[in-house]
Amino acid sequence: MSTETAAPTDAAKPSSPPYRRRIADRDGALAWIFLLPSVVYIVALVAVPFVLAIAFAASDVTAGDPSFDFVGLTNFARVLDDPVFWRSLGNTFVFTGISMVLIVVFGKVLANILVADFRGKWIVRFCVLLPWTTPVALSSISWLWLLDSIYSPIDWLLRAVGLLGPGENMYWLGEPGLAMTSVITVHVWRLTPLAAVIMMAGLVAIPRDIEEAARVDGAGYWRRMFEVTVPMVMPVIAVAALFGAIFTFTDMAVVRVLTRGGPNDATQVLSSWAFYRGIEGGDVAQGAAVALFLFPLLLAAAVAILRAVRRIEVR
Amino acid sequence: MPGIIGDAPTDELRRTYARRHVAGRIGVYAVAILVALGCAGPFLWSAITAFKQNRDLYNPANNPFVYNRPPTPDHMTYLFTDTAFGTFAWNTLWVGVLVVLITLVLGLPAAYALARLDRPWSGPLGIAIFLVYLVPPSLLFLSLSRMVVGVGLQDSTWSLVLVYPTITIPVSIWLLMGFLKAIPRDIEEQAMVDGHSRFGAIVRAVLPLVFPGIVAVVVFAFTLTASEFIYALAFVAPTDSMTVSTGVPTQLVRGDVFFWQSLQAATVLVALPIAFVFNLFLDRFVSGFTAGAVKG
Repeated sequence: MSTETAAPTDAAKPSSPPYRRRIADRDGALAWIFLLPSVVYIVALVAVPFVLAIAFAASDVTAGDPSFDFVGLTNFARVLDDPVFWRSLGNTFVFTGISMVLIVVFGKVLANILVADFRGKWIVRFCVLLPWTTPVALSSISWLWLLDSIYSPIDWLLRAVGLLGPGENMYWLGEPGLAMTSVITVHVWRLTPLAAVIMMAGLVAIPRDIEEAARVDGAGYWRRMFEVTVPMVMPVIAVAALFGAIFTFTDMAVVRVLTRGGPNDATQVLSSWAFYRGIEGGDVAQGAAVALFLFPLLLAAAVAILRAVRRIEVR
Repeated sequence: MPGIIGDAPTDELRRTYARRHVAGRIGVYAVAILVALGCAGPFLWSAITAFKQNRDLYNPANNPFVYNRPPTPDHMTYLFTDTAFGTFAWNTLWVGVLVVLITLVLGLPAAYALARLDRPWSGPLGIAIFLVYLVPPSLLFLSLSRMVVGVGLQDSTWSLVLVYPTITIPVSIWLLMGFLKAIPRDIEEQAMVDGHSRFGAIVRAVLPLVFPGIVAVVVFAFTLTASEFIYALAFVAPTDSMTVSTGVPTQLVRGDVFFWQSLQAATVLVALPIAFVFNLFLDRFVSGFTAGAVKG
């Protein structure tokens, strides 16, 4: 391509004064100059720490004793022996799986609403954006109060309609099952707007004439929905789903603010467990080993995302 | 055929369609209101709580949705007079602005190189940068916190300025590539034929056209920066250097005592302006996202 773009430029030049070949006019050199800062930065602050994380996982570094000694796979063996690790791994999958499905379903509904035309759309969009644009630590605090063990307004409503006896409470964050439901609810609430925005992009990109052609051919609403719209938005839905999955998979803020992993590690996930071990417990090596388990799973997700994106490109 | 059938069935058909249309409109409004309440509900609850008196708030028998005693602004003032909330907000703001600037200075040329200069390696490199977006903070914070100590920035807000672009640069490059690919190549070629260097063509012809993309990146990068939690928690311990996202929870929760009204006030004060600004640029953001994916 570059030769094609350069050719007409050069052809237009011969009569003008000797063509100065500055560095900035040579595509190859310019590309490097433009890319180098970003590449250097990313290598220094993503690739290096990534390698360092692997090194830490194979060492005995702690906050108190930062000297580096190679200990091989001992840390991984210790991690695998720890029942809390298996619990966190299981929880991570439960959280991610359930959240992802709900985020996609609600995200599609939300996207359909956001592309529809109606009065007061601005304020609705504003409300919909709130959960995503608010710093997650703060919105989690909002939920912490909403799910308070004594003053939860949900409990008050339940008491008001008689589902709970006077003075009874649900303990949303205190019972293992309820705590899990609560954490998943907050994740879904927080990430659905992002999924909706991504899917909105997909819906907007569908050429209207295809839908109109289907309508003229006599296809009803549901038929158009499932045989025209959904297949065309599918790659975008996949992207939204995987972004949602990755954000849920790696997030620890919601868990940390709402339950701190409790009760009794019922809501502990890999990233929060790595944080407790590595930063608060000071066992850097152990924390790194736990965090490294995230990587193969994320890589799989990444490959899936890229496949989906490529399918959009082909179209 | 239609002539033979006559007017009566046509009228009925028209009425059916009209009825269906009205029902559809009502449905859209109903779902829209439901959705808005579902998303903003917790914030409404926060806003009500923020102005409640303690005696009103801490009585489980009171209806929590109304003011059983007159509302008070005391807890809002407490937030500004007795906590470092102002400092947190200021830290969040200047960290955000610097990170956005670094992101644009590094990301814009990189996006241009990947979108326009057609090197044989630009495809794989673009994919590699996209993959970086997927490497989560929870995997890197342990080694990054050692590196931050290594360069002497521990407990300084500057450590966040150093590290946050790792989150914002990859996604910004991706977004900007989309916007750049939507601009016809003729624009620069024309400018270069007119005697501008490639660099001059970029500055004079391309930058103005990619401005909507820059706006989208600014908003998105700022939101990501303001929301970040793990690095802020792991790198910065002193109160004066904290950002909103770590400062508010640590300052207004003392042991088991939660300053609930002030916490909720802080949440609402931070949430509303960011969502407001994002809403202004939502359409640009949406168009950039498709451009990046579809025309990739």
